[in-house]
Amino acid sequence: MQQIIVSGIGGQGVLFVTRLLAETALDRGYSVFISETHGMAQRGGNVISHLKVSRCGAHGGCPPESTFHSPLIRPGRADILLALHPDAYRVHGYYLKPDGIAYVNSPSENGPFILDAGKIAEELGTPVASNLVLLGFAIGFDEFFCSRSDVEMVLAKFAGSRLELSLKAFRAGCAESGTRKHVPLSP
Amino acid sequence: MSDRKILLGNEAIAHGLLESGCTMATSYPGTPASEVLSTLVQLKNACGLSIHLEWSINEKVAYEVALANSYMGRRSAVVMKQVGLNVATDPLMSSAYTGVRGGFVVVSADDPGPHSSQTEQDSRFTAMMAKIPVLDPASPREIRELVRVAFDLSEQHEIPVMLRPTTRVCHARQDMEVFPFADRKLFPLFEKNPARWAATPKFRLVLHRQLNEKLSRIEQDSTLAPRLVNDAPLRTGNPSRSRGDKTCVVSSGVALSHIKELMIELGLWDRVPLFQVMMPFPLSRSFIETTLSNYDRILVIEETYPVIELQLRLQAKVFGRLTGTVPSAGELLPEGIEDILRGFFLLPESDRSAPPDIPGRRPTLCAGCPHRAAFFAIKKAFPKGIYPGDIGCYTLGLNLGAVDTVLCMGASISHAAGFYHAFKASREDFPPICATIGDSTFFHSGVTALMNAVVQGARFVLVILDNGTTAMTGHQPTPARGRNLDGEAVPSLSIEEIVKACGVRSVVEADPYDTERLLQTLREAGDHARSADGGISVVISRRPCLMDRNRAGSWPKFEIRVNEKCRGCDFCIKQFECPALQAQGEKEPVRIDRNLCSGCGVCVSVCPHGALEAALSG
Repeated sequence: MQQIIVSGIGGQGVLFVTRLLAETALDRGYSVFISETHGMAQRGGNVISHLKVSRCGAHGGCPPESTFHSPLIRPGRADILLALHPDAYRVHGYYLKPDGIAYVNSPSENGPFILDAGKIAEELGTPVASNLVLLGFAIGFDEFFCSRSDVEMVLAKFAGSRLELSLKAFRAGCAESGTRKHVPLSP
Repeated sequence: MSDRKILLGNEAIAHGLLESGCTMATSYPGTPASEVLSTLVQLKNACGLSIHLEWSINEKVAYEVALANSYMGRRSAVVMKQVGLNVATDPLMSSAYTGVRGGFVVVSADDPGPHSSQTEQDSRFTAMMAKIPVLDPASPREIRELVRVAFDLSEQHEIPVMLRPTTRVCHARQDMEVFPFADRKLFPLFEKNPARWAATPKFRLVLHRQLNEKLSRIEQDSTLAPRLVNDAPLRTGNPSRSRGDKTCVVSSGVALSHIKELMIELGLWDRVPLFQVMMPFPLSRSFIETTLSNYDRILVIEETYPVIELQLRLQAKVFGRLTGTVPSAGELLPEGIEDILRGFFLLPESDRSAPPDIPGRRPTLCAGCPHRAAFFAIKKAFPKGIYPGDIGCYTLGLNLGAVDTVLCMGASISHAAGFYHAFKASREDFPPICATIGDSTFFHSGVTALMNAVVQGARFVLVILDNGTTAMTGHQPTPARGRNLDGEAVPSLSIEEIVKACGVRSVVEADPYDTERLLQTLREAGDHARSADGGISVVISRRPCLMDRNRAGSWPKFEIRVNEKCRGCDFCIKQFECPALQAQGEKEPVRIDRNLCSGCGVCVSVCPHGALEAALSG
């Protein structure tokens, strides 16, 4: 079971990233429960998605004790936070459990899990794909329920005409984590 | 053959409607209900179904159209958000009396929080007031099942049935099996029965008695009675109650889903009975009686008002919103419910950290939004004006100081009239009054308000912000489109013609991107409102929404440059608030975010120092 928060501001593709992870989970036979932000907040306000992935429940016959029932993640319970915007970490960081990991898109901060995804996306000529750069970066650390190739398979189904650029952005993110993974992380 | 898909709660409703053989669905868009009808449109086109679908002009009309279909024995649904139900309350109350023939489901989506609404009102109370049953789903999977239950119940008792999801059900997604749809080609049969369909007050009394009988039968239907959720764990578990009293939890809707997870985690799952109320009204009398006699303390957790709680009459035993055990406003988030449960069952307090006390980002109009340009001109044309506003994206004119009131759909126009009459009646000179309303909201509720304002002799400027779509809720078409949802050509409504037909003599169209001309137009409109033979003056500020993918917006795109005259006064940021203009700190020149800038060029005329320049970009 894994609980993931995806947070950003309206227009950054929070819903798309969440959908991508959810479809990947479904592909792998997991059951998913998501809560999304719609409406006025999508006009540039803080947007948050809650994604709960459980091994159980997809095909029924699962005891209620081993699956999710609520669409929301409680503060201090998320395993992973994907912050598509530096503000997103400040506003929604409290959802992370003490040993949870936040992958943050930020141009001005440093840390093992912080990446200037916006800059990388811009260099690729697709500034709107910074969400996929950050997702690739995060997935590259192998902390998710799914692997890099699992996500790429689903991306191929959902990216439509933007597939090539999307894959490029996703892989550029993966490459970034690849270079960091082998360096011992300072606390 | 079935298939497994991840469906949004609202998509699950659409699937449920089609799986149950619904032949007509009508709606007016509103968060959190909007995606139900748009999903139906997609499924209709994909599967070649014959169901009639429409975005009606408002919820009252939507209700009446779908009801007629039900009168003819065909399953029908009307879909709206909770404040839309207020608009449809008139036909709702009356149709409870007339009853229905084909199953009739009223989907009214509530918005505890509220996230995207004027109120946190509980539609279940409206169902209670109308004396119709209401079902309260706990998850997207469950709501799909409940659509079928609602249709069966409605048909069996010939009564409208309400389905009341909340935002966290509408906008949650779950994987579930989906099934192919049966396209029901049911012949419409209208059996004349004036004593029922056109009942006079005398027959209305008869209908009321019949309604009471229906309700009583529904209340006694054991299949709809509250059920014990954790029966098995209670039997195998160790009911070593921490206190000597007999306690249970009663819940419904998404609150129940949160509670399940929490009770498992807090070790209450095999100790404390948890009852799910699928149908909060009418609440099963035998459930009320057995619960009150079997338990000493009953904790009721429901959203948003105490509907179940009030029906459990022995208040000394019942804990909930009325006793202050559950907060009486705001959404019930799982962390809040955790605190309630810990308090009620005397468990140690949670050690989770509190959310940081920092303001989130407020929503803003998009970069290049034509509304922003219009609001800037309005403030400039009527500096000391009163600005009644309305419901839509353009409510965000608040950020620009160009919206003073927001009440409900269409109220901008009636408010403007009321403000004017107040000054006139007290023989005061009136300040400029400039109301704003969007095109879809104008069609929905503005027209009647405008007719009234005209015939009462009000004087003000009305700016109709016409972006050709219902933008906030996801770009649903307006009556100006000239096509129905089947793509057939239908007459297109002209705002100019309607405004003129309402009796307004001064109607001018303007392009909000042309700041100087719009300003001039607004000033002339203001003069007309004050002139001897003047009256209401309407300015139609017309530009398609930039986010509307159905309409490829084309205009000469400018490349904006900040020149050396910018001293970082931040006038543009404070007065224009375009997300593409970014402050760089005190006395530092502003920066243009090229990824956000739409190239509309309006900011060039906003800067009082001429520090923003536009060049046509290739």
